[in-house]
Amino acid sequence: MAINTSITRKAITRKAIIRKANGAILPIGIICVFGFIWAVLVASRGVDPVIKPHAYMYIFAFALAIFALVYGVMQNKFVYNPYEYDDNVIKAGVYATMFWGIAGMAVGAVIAFQLAFPQIMDALGLSWLNFGRLRPLHTSGVIFGFGGNALIATSFYTVQRTCRTRLAGGMWPWFVFWGWQLVLVIAGTGYLMGITHGQEYAEPEWYVDIWITIVWVAYLAIFMMTLVKRKEKHIYVSNWFYLSFIVTIAMLHIINNLALPVDWLGSKSYSLASGVQNAMTQWWYGHNAVGFFLTTGFLGMMYYFIPKRAERPVYSYRLSIVHFWTVIFIYIWAGPHHLHYTALPQWTQTLGMVFSVMLWMPSWGGMINGLMTLSGAWDKLRTDPVLRMLAVSVAFYGMATFEGPLMSIRYVNALSHYTDWTIGHVHAGALGWNGMVTFGAVYCLVPWLWKKKEMYSLRMVEWHFWLCTIGIIFYITAMWVSGIMQGLMWRAYTDFGFLEYSFIETVKAMHPYYIIRAVGGTLFLLGMFVMTWNVWKTVKGHGDAYALTDDTPPARKPDVNAIPELALGE
Amino acid sequence: MSDSKNIDEHTGTATTSHEWDEIEELDTPMPKWWIGIFYICIAWAVGYAILMPAIPLLNGYSKGVFGFSDRARVAVAVEKMHAERLVNSEKLVGASIGTIQNDSDLLRFATEQGKALFGDNCETCHGRRGQGVPGYPNLNDDIWIWGGSFDDIKQTINYGIRAEHDETRFGSMAAFGRYELLEPGQIDDLVQHVLRISGQQSDAAAAARGANLFAENCTSCHGDTGKGTRENGAPNLTDTDWLYGGTAAIIRETIFNGREGLMPNWDTRLSASQIAAISVYVHSDLGGGE
Repeated sequence: MAINTSITRKAITRKAIIRKANGAILPIGIICVFGFIWAVLVASRGVDPVIKPHAYMYIFAFALAIFALVYGVMQNKFVYNPYEYDDNVIKAGVYATMFWGIAGMAVGAVIAFQLAFPQIMDALGLSWLNFGRLRPLHTSGVIFGFGGNALIATSFYTVQRTCRTRLAGGMWPWFVFWGWQLVLVIAGTGYLMGITHGQEYAEPEWYVDIWITIVWVAYLAIFMMTLVKRKEKHIYVSNWFYLSFIVTIAMLHIINNLALPVDWLGSKSYSLASGVQNAMTQWWYGHNAVGFFLTTGFLGMMYYFIPKRAERPVYSYRLSIVHFWTVIFIYIWAGPHHLHYTALPQWTQTLGMVFSVMLWMPSWGGMINGLMTLSGAWDKLRTDPVLRMLAVSVAFYGMATFEGPLMSIRYVNALSHYTDWTIGHVHAGALGWNGMVTFGAVYCLVPWLWKKKEMYSLRMVEWHFWLCTIGIIFYITAMWVSGIMQGLMWRAYTDFGFLEYSFIETVKAMHPYYIIRAVGGTLFLLGMFVMTWNVWKTVKGHGDAYALTDDTPPARKPDVNAIPELALGE
Repeated sequence: MSDSKNIDEHTGTATTSHEWDEIEELDTPMPKWWIGIFYICIAWAVGYAILMPAIPLLNGYSKGVFGFSDRARVAVAVEKMHAERLVNSEKLVGASIGTIQNDSDLLRFATEQGKALFGDNCETCHGRRGQGVPGYPNLNDDIWIWGGSFDDIKQTINYGIRAEHDETRFGSMAAFGRYELLEPGQIDDLVQHVLRISGQQSDAAAAARGANLFAENCTSCHGDTGKGTRENGAPNLTDTDWLYGGTAAIIRETIFNGREGLMPNWDTRLSASQIAAISVYVHSDLGGGE
């Protein structure tokens, strides 16, 4: 049965093995038609004015999708070569990551200035564009836009390479890509119009939530089926982490968004749970969105790109197994630490706290494995800014996953809760870990995808690295000082037990730190622009990004045995 | 994938013999310090859960060895605070400012409490430490629209101004333009008159016409000379201090559309002793003192 792969591969021309990918067209078409019909109903008899713009957006998107499907089938466009990895959807994902990164971080910089100078929007005649509308636009833009697109793109890349098989599902990956962009546009414009479900990181209303569910289940199915048809005996560690991220986010999203719409043609809905049960469900979701979206998802990214870039083996297989299972088992219980000293029963708070403390070492397992993989390649940190970015991201991951358990201790939380310390903590993780690991991964990915020697300019990567690092340091140190000061001012009493400071006095005291934070965030955004320029020039093939002439070696192509007819037919 | 056991040259550690896309994994044991700290954290977690309320049971939850309860602790602390404050709070209710000022301990109690309450309840409108913003009077100067004595201030806080209370202070600056009580030209003349009596540049002829209009429409509240009357809450128009602003445009707006600034009655939200404390603070620390 053994085939001489090198000869087989040479003999195959691209044309000879072109396959039709029409299997996914019908189900995608049906979804789009149903969506279109619902949207037309809403546009004609929607019960509130704010849902109508969304109905038109859905109509536009679904009509475009149906047109593209019909056109594609008629023109025979949906074909693929099973001897190549499905990389076009990943390239689109890289562009989307850049776009949402700039959008989300720019809104972040705007709201940082808005907090320092609350009157700026009035001065621009945009007083309706307040912090309350822009803040979820920022968080969703960076987490689900920048982070989400990066995770989808890198997971599609990694799972194909480490399974040595093409993505499953034919056109479905494109459905996930465009479906996810639609999620982001509808959710984001909704916040600006004042549509919100009022639950942090789960702000989209029911009719966006259903669409998210459809897209996410398709994503899960693609990933699972690609693992099922893998040509490697074992599943690589990255894929465990990516899979835990996709599965858990599906579960969290569905349960936290269980709600009853007031009208099936209107935007408003009410959660099934109420009061403290709703709060607990929300923070079970919210904390694990951090745990499984921003931690395990990005660990999947880290486990592929660090060993790949450093050209070193992963430090410890056993550590990766133990820290994987302990992270996913312990993380899911830690949510109550978001509700210390609230109406949540004290026993629940205790459990949330002790699980958070137990989570410290499992989280650090990822840091140890990431950093120690560099052993034997430490010298590259000096010369390769991409690898340095990846290494520093893991360091920030370690810092944030120490700070988290610390802040979850009730007595520390009594000081830190509701203060800027929390914001600083989140951004140590978001900017330092998620941001920088994504930057590093994209800097690896772009030359590989577009088959270039290297990025257009490593000097620009160097600049990006320092802009990020200095920006983050400004950001988190300002928030530490302002947060701890804020917490101490809130709990300062006079001899008679009266509050020493009024709330507005604490706000005034934070003003200088808000300026420093805004400057730090702006530096980070600036780095994002530098990166986007660099990516664009690399795609265009300028500078060091000259096209590679040699073909990818067979070992880095889909396994030939993936095509049973060929193997049998020889 | 290769079947032979490989040794990594740099570390001398064996790999797991798996390979994915040229990535291998070392068979390094887990760091001992890592496992050690992990076990310590687990032991601490178990210990803490035994000592504190932690485990959900069929009926209720485990109370923990210490039987510690946040709610019980807060209830005790609140009880203690009330007890400590009781004597001074009772003294404050109904006390005259003279009595309070003669009791230095009581005065300090009242001003500290007043400052804290003022910060959380009054600064939203009156600005930090009562510095005032247009439409919301400055409480630091000696100009008092409704009176700056201790009792006047207390009355204002208790019942508010134009608030939903039978005893609220009430006075109304009518919308002379909007209600068509005066012609636009007449309002322009009145503005010139107000500018003149407040010592600003004005058109003499228009101001003279405005003086007659003022006598007919405004003196009942603002007084013959425009110095204002407290019983109507009508401000003095001859000084340089303005509640809404003293430019021609703002004065015109005030006459045209009227003003109905609202101060809520606080008697339903704060206790009598708390209102007394704020009154002492505004009277003694800010600009009262009449």
